[in-house]
Amino acid sequence: MSLQTPIGRVRGLGSAKEGVHHWWSQRLTALALVPLSLWFIYSLVVVTGADYATVVAWLANPLNAVLMLLFIISLYYHAALGLQVIIEDYIDSEWQKIACLILVKFLALLAGLSAAIAVLKVYLGL
Amino acid sequence: MAAFTLPKNSKVKAGKTFSAAEGASNKKTFRIYRWDPDSGENPRLDSYEINLDNCGPMILDAIIYIKNEIDPTLTFRRSCREGICGSCAMNIGGTNTLACTNSINEYKDDIPIYPLPHMPVIKDLVPDLTHFYAQYASIKPWMQTQTTPPPDAEKLQSKEERAELDGLYECILCACCSTSCPSYWWNSDRYLGPAILLQAYRWIADSRDEFTGERLDELEDPFRLYRCHTIMNCTNSCPKGLNPAKAIAEIKKLMLTRTL
Repeated sequence: MSLQTPIGRVRGLGSAKEGVHHWWSQRLTALALVPLSLWFIYSLVVVTGADYATVVAWLANPLNAVLMLLFIISLYYHAALGLQVIIEDYIDSEWQKIACLILVKFLALLAGLSAAIAVLKVYLGL
Repeated sequence: MAAFTLPKNSKVKAGKTFSAAEGASNKKTFRIYRWDPDSGENPRLDSYEINLDNCGPMILDAIIYIKNEIDPTLTFRRSCREGICGSCAMNIGGTNTLACTNSINEYKDDIPIYPLPHMPVIKDLVPDLTHFYAQYASIKPWMQTQTTPPPDAEKLQSKEERAELDGLYECILCACCSTSCPSYWWNSDRYLGPAILLQAYRWIADSRDEFTGERLDELEDPFRLYRCHTIMNCTNSCPKGLNPAKAIAEIKKLMLTRTL
């Protein structure tokens, strides 16, 4: 039971004074993903059926490597931001929420970084 | 997780049926949510078949007719019967709206009537709006200035500045929009909801108010403001034809403007 006043409950811990950056980043990455996704789909069509050496040579092209890196960064950043919103929306329990947020951010970083390193490896010919 | 199903003691059961007088040709059935906190029973859906020839044209007329002529235990809020007080906001035919400004003729089949969704129910069609009103109070809905107000004159505003308040000042705080918003359903403990954010913007947009920055500071929060995901139920449901989603978008734009 709580005898806290309704206004006390609403004021709560006060404003976090943040959220703009998250909101703006989500929109910028969405904007970037429009051309990058189109390019990515186009690229898939182009390299489909090609042999290993051809695909490696295609990815070693600086333009393709840069676009692929941009695509990977935008995609995983955007996904992490979006999943964060979904988790905050639907998970009530504070510890479950924090656990999911940590998991999502770590996984996005892991997957994004792995993909980026793979591209760099090909591009640098290592 | 957010609750997607009703708890056991809130499941709505079938209720009583009241038939219209014999020989009525112009009949309509209202299926109305009933819950009495003193009975200890689950909520139920009572059916009232009424003779429209004996009743006024609006939904509110029908509800008043039911209370006066059929079942005096039916409980609801109403006052002005002309869409300016916001008291008779309820969920009619699946949409949050005012009972007094909607005509019975607009509904083809039986008309289901529930209290505003996802609010604690006090009784029947009366939701508990304590938290909603506390949220309204929290945005300080009054003029704040640093300049000492002139004791013998109004605070002046140009016609253009006054026009900025059109579409905002008309809000009657009926709570139709906020209680139609899924984001408000899941997170109303921290999210202010469309009605309160529209009201907040009404003061942010007022050229006479000098505390715009402080108001934005108070709203800049992942939950208070940014739980709005532009779902637009608010704008769809507003019985006054206002656009809370646009007001929220304007706040987000100002938030960004002051960082860029």
